[in-house]
Amino acid sequence: MFKAFSMVFEAPFLKSSLLVLSDQCSRLALCVPHRMVCIGLLGLVGMVGLQNPAKAQFRVEVSGVGITQIPINLNQFKDEGNSPQKISQIIQSDLERSAKFKVSTNAFAMDESSRPDFNGLRQKALENFVSGSVTKLADGRFDVRFRLWDLIKAQDLGGASYAVVAPDLRRAAHQISDFIYEKLTGEKGVFSTRIAYVTKSANRFNLWIADADGENAQAALTSPEPIISPNWAPNGQQLAYVSFESRKPVVYVHDVATGKRKVVANFKGSNSAPSWSPDGQSLAVTLSRDGGSQIYLIPASGGEPQRLTQSSSIDTEPTFMPDGSAIYFVSDRGGSPQIYRMPAKGGPVARVTFNGTYNISPSLSPDGKWLAYISRQGGQFKLYLMDLTTEKTQALSDTSADEKPSFAPNGKLIIYATQVQGKEALMTVNWENKISARLSGQAGDIREPHWGPFLKSN
Amino acid sequence: MKKILGLVFLSLVLMLVGCASGVKLNQVPVEDKSSSLQNAGELNALSGKSAVTSVQTTALGDMNSGPAGAAKVVFFDYDSYTLRADAQPTVEAHAKFLTADKSKRVSLEGHTDERGGREYNLALGQKRSEAVKRALTLLGVNEGQIDAVSFGKEKPAATGSDEDAYAKNRRVELNYR
Repeated sequence: MFKAFSMVFEAPFLKSSLLVLSDQCSRLALCVPHRMVCIGLLGLVGMVGLQNPAKAQFRVEVSGVGITQIPINLNQFKDEGNSPQKISQIIQSDLERSAKFKVSTNAFAMDESSRPDFNGLRQKALENFVSGSVTKLADGRFDVRFRLWDLIKAQDLGGASYAVVAPDLRRAAHQISDFIYEKLTGEKGVFSTRIAYVTKSANRFNLWIADADGENAQAALTSPEPIISPNWAPNGQQLAYVSFESRKPVVYVHDVATGKRKVVANFKGSNSAPSWSPDGQSLAVTLSRDGGSQIYLIPASGGEPQRLTQSSSIDTEPTFMPDGSAIYFVSDRGGSPQIYRMPAKGGPVARVTFNGTYNISPSLSPDGKWLAYISRQGGQFKLYLMDLTTEKTQALSDTSADEKPSFAPNGKLIIYATQVQGKEALMTVNWENKISARLSGQAGDIREPHWGPFLKSN
Repeated sequence: MKKILGLVFLSLVLMLVGCASGVKLNQVPVEDKSSSLQNAGELNALSGKSAVTSVQTTALGDMNSGPAGAAKVVFFDYDSYTLRADAQPTVEAHAKFLTADKSKRVSLEGHTDERGGREYNLALGQKRSEAVKRALTLLGVNEGQIDAVSFGKEKPAATGSDEDAYAKNRRVELNYR
């Protein structure tokens, strides 16, 4: 059922052309099967080399069942060709990935001061309109401006201007996407949040910080030894992770902007599975310093760990309930790995998962109502979601080697690692409609994603 | 193919026509002075927020060798964390080496095959290295000479997703500093 539609877009120009093309197709009943249109158009682009061939910067693959999408008309931003980032294309990619918008584009630019042709656009069944501009300032920064219109009500829904240095242009575009998303859906957007993930290539491990769309990746750490389990601090400025650079697993806290890092757990045995407490004051970690893998609480600045579990079994992968009241974790105390919960200060333990013999990697939604986890079913590892109120569970993916889910800070999307055609890949899935998108990525194997929090704007 | 190209070309023309009819340039765009843009403190606060400083770690040198002639790795059965009989000579040779020189330090590095989650496999690899640690201490080695750690599934000895590779990866390596 996930295969109801599936699109692969290679280049922004092609993307917008295809969308318009299919509109025309349906309107004029020129019903060539879409695949044939794609092939034909690709050939044409190759032959005549149309304007703005733009290297294949975005690779958005969306698949899932159809849902109601908000039709929005997005103009090229005036003079965006003079900036290093094509703002309107970044916004288009964001809105399409969210699966909540049907984006159409105009080939010419209109700036934020232009009033749209309400009647003309309404006749094309469009409901919203975005225009804007990019201006280079005397100090070298760029002034990015936009305005959003409701075409039905002929109403100005507001706009903003952002004066940013060149490296922040994508962030400005993502903030515009967030503005549009929130105005039109009533939910907070996550386009300007960041994700962390790890790649492995030729025995080099890299920890990356990227925009939520997987683009603009910057290496925070490069190492010849493995890196696993990156976990964002609630302030969005620090990451905890496990690095094997000293030939054993050690937990670090790393300030992303400055590159300053600190060992917070390097005890005898293994140190792993860091997870920040919601107040940012401490980390739950798995240590084997007293024998076996057990869960401890340790100050985020380092210090003496306090033991939270007391078992002769494996206890690992702790994660906090967002209100700080409880810790969910994995234990094999019942004979197979299952998810359990306990009070955040330790105490009585209750089993949470019961279906199957392998349920691991718990992640809780920001509202604390949903549990995402990985379940082994018939030899496949699949992303599952449990409604913690009713305890009903459902599979969310149609992939079979899923790992490490984490929720976006608005709770609507889940990012996870999996394998697509034998290669490691990162996916996001909207758990309400099961529409998933593959994140563009780095060469080599890509894994261990963690979705960062909303960033405060000052 | 010709027919398809023809249709595509027609569609492209229609597309361009369609676009042009979206907003009539001579008609509509009038300057809008009715509302001003939000120009909040948010703007400048954005600056430099995307910066990431990169850190590189350096490779450690090779480990020093342990007892001459002894194997440096013991293997485990599927889903098993107990030492096999064929591991006995290896463990005894390392125990003899460590009890003879109390200044020696051994690192026991547990590994698993690739199936399952990374953190859970790290805990499983830890069970294997602690099994070797127990055997060494039973043979008289001081606990202080041993660090039992795990690499989980992160450093496979053999690549591949078959039983042969899995069997080579379910192991504990004994390394000296």
